[in-house]
Amino acid sequence: MAADDPKRPPRGPGEGAPAGVPGGPRTGGAAERPRRPLLSLVAERLLEAAIRLSGVSAVLFVVAIFFFIFREAAPVLFSREFKLSEFLFSTQWFPTSVSNVRYGTLALTIGTLSVTGVAIALAVPFGLGAAIFISEFCGPRLRETLKIVIELLAAIPSVVWGFIGLTVMNRVIIALTGAPVGVNLLNGGLILALMSVPIIVSIGEDALKAVPDSYREAALALGANRWQTVRRVLLPAARNGLLAAVLLGVGRAVGETMAVLMATGHAVRIPHSLLDSVRTLTANIAAELGEASAGSDHYRVLFLTGTLLFLITFVVNLGADLAIRSVRRR
Amino acid sequence: MSTPVVPAVPARFARTPHVARRERTEQIAKWVFFAMSVSMIVPLIAIVAYLLYRAAPSLSLEFLLDVPRKGMREGGIWPAFVGTLYLVWISLAVAAPIGVLAAIYLHEYARDNWLNRLIHLAVINLAGVPSIVHALFGLGAFVYAARFGYSVLSAALTLAIMTLPVIIASTREALASVPKEFRQACWNVGATRWQTIRRVVLPNSISGILTGIILQVSRAAGETAPIMFTGAVFFKAVQRGDLFPYGLNDQCMALSMHLYTVSTQVPNVKESIPYATAVVLLGSVLMVNAAAIALRVWLRNRKRW
Repeated sequence: MAADDPKRPPRGPGEGAPAGVPGGPRTGGAAERPRRPLLSLVAERLLEAAIRLSGVSAVLFVVAIFFFIFREAAPVLFSREFKLSEFLFSTQWFPTSVSNVRYGTLALTIGTLSVTGVAIALAVPFGLGAAIFISEFCGPRLRETLKIVIELLAAIPSVVWGFIGLTVMNRVIIALTGAPVGVNLLNGGLILALMSVPIIVSIGEDALKAVPDSYREAALALGANRWQTVRRVLLPAARNGLLAAVLLGVGRAVGETMAVLMATGHAVRIPHSLLDSVRTLTANIAAELGEASAGSDHYRVLFLTGTLLFLITFVVNLGADLAIRSVRRR
Repeated sequence: MSTPVVPAVPARFARTPHVARRERTEQIAKWVFFAMSVSMIVPLIAIVAYLLYRAAPSLSLEFLLDVPRKGMREGGIWPAFVGTLYLVWISLAVAAPIGVLAAIYLHEYARDNWLNRLIHLAVINLAGVPSIVHALFGLGAFVYAARFGYSVLSAALTLAIMTLPVIIASTREALASVPKEFRQACWNVGATRWQTIRRVVLPNSISGILTGIILQVSRAAGETAPIMFTGAVFFKAVQRGDLFPYGLNDQCMALSMHLYTVSTQVPNVKESIPYATAVVLLGSVLMVNAAAIALRVWLRNRKRW
């Protein structure tokens, strides 16, 4: 990380370079050296301005995302008949009802939580197990192969995952459990687990790799075998990085849209078993945004749901970043 | 398991039951973890094989080049395929320069201060924002506020912002792989910061940057949610094999959207058509990713330092 590099050179021509240290063409003895043409100096300044602007652009984009979503959601949030407590804690979601319009997202939130929960319950043991295998137990050639496969697994588009859920998983689940419909909580959870495993594996493997080899050597010298080393030394040492891996997996699962839209069925209700159909916050936006006319309450409530999702993922990612940061500091 | 004590070995090297148990747990752990790794991969291969098998009746060059017929129940996917190419190229043209320059700023210019940390946090957060939230943003910002309407331009810009973190992350990695000494040597002969980047850092990291750009292409091609409400439509009449059917302000079809449409919205589709669409989408994305991996492996083997 260059950012941690204590010895930063002077930042540009003539900018605060101590005399005698060669830093730029104009710092010392400029009279003897040939000057650069003005045009190239100007071009360089312009380019550096563009570089700085691009660097800041990421911040601008994040702020813009929040601003534009919140701008569409704000009128309904501050309107008189809208109650935030009903939005958050009511299970009644009747956005298109003629007589009794209700915007309660609790069932959707629980849908998101339950699908994410199933996915994480499956993905964490398998993801961390695979991360441990890749990092500690396998040879270099197998490691490269597995990493490539996992990278390809991560590249599969979410709509293809959704299609797999809709066709393959659907039939498998009906055949195995005898459920009337195969697009349900279990299906969505399985698909999401497969989608979040690659991120857990790659971040988890990084975390294990970041543990210094001297830890492993010390454990081996004390007579521990590899499993004991993993269990007693590496897992505690890499705890924060592994936590970050899990959190990023959660973030991916919460934010996934197309796959859950296609694989979980469409039922806005609190699920009571693994075989109930559910709908998540993300899938709800995708399913209803097309029907909600721009500027209507329904449309604005969907944007409010988007704001809620933005805040949830922001907190999750922030947590993951803090966990990773504490790993780096050591 | 048989008793592990072998008589030929001197007594002090004999395996005690304790040692034997330790070795056994190691073996068990190894195989359990191996099974966990493989258990993600085997179903995947089976699923892909199944998709290929079901798609086989429709898979042909004709399927790629033909337009959808009879309300998308027959025919091919050409308009969707070209639409995806459009979206990918335009979003690439927007995201690549911004992403590469942002990474250069983060890695070569920024000091470790609050602004840099803020940018770092923003990049991480940008990567974690759900795709449907990007869609809402595209709808609010590009379609309505900027008045681009439902168009290729709005959809491509939404995709560009969504895929920006991919380029930033891999470009940073590529820049970080250039040893610090290269830069110091260049500074010491009097080059400015930009000259160093232009003549030393970029030539030595260009393949890594290219890898990141390729990954952006694969990501942009597969996304559905962000384009669903900003410019991609269910159907658009296009000539068979027409390479330039859309203008910037037109709506377009896209492969990912088309897969969603034919598999959920259109009744009585010919069985193999959604499968074939999925295979084409999956195949193109995986091919692009394989290219990125191949480039990276080649680059690593060629590395001289």
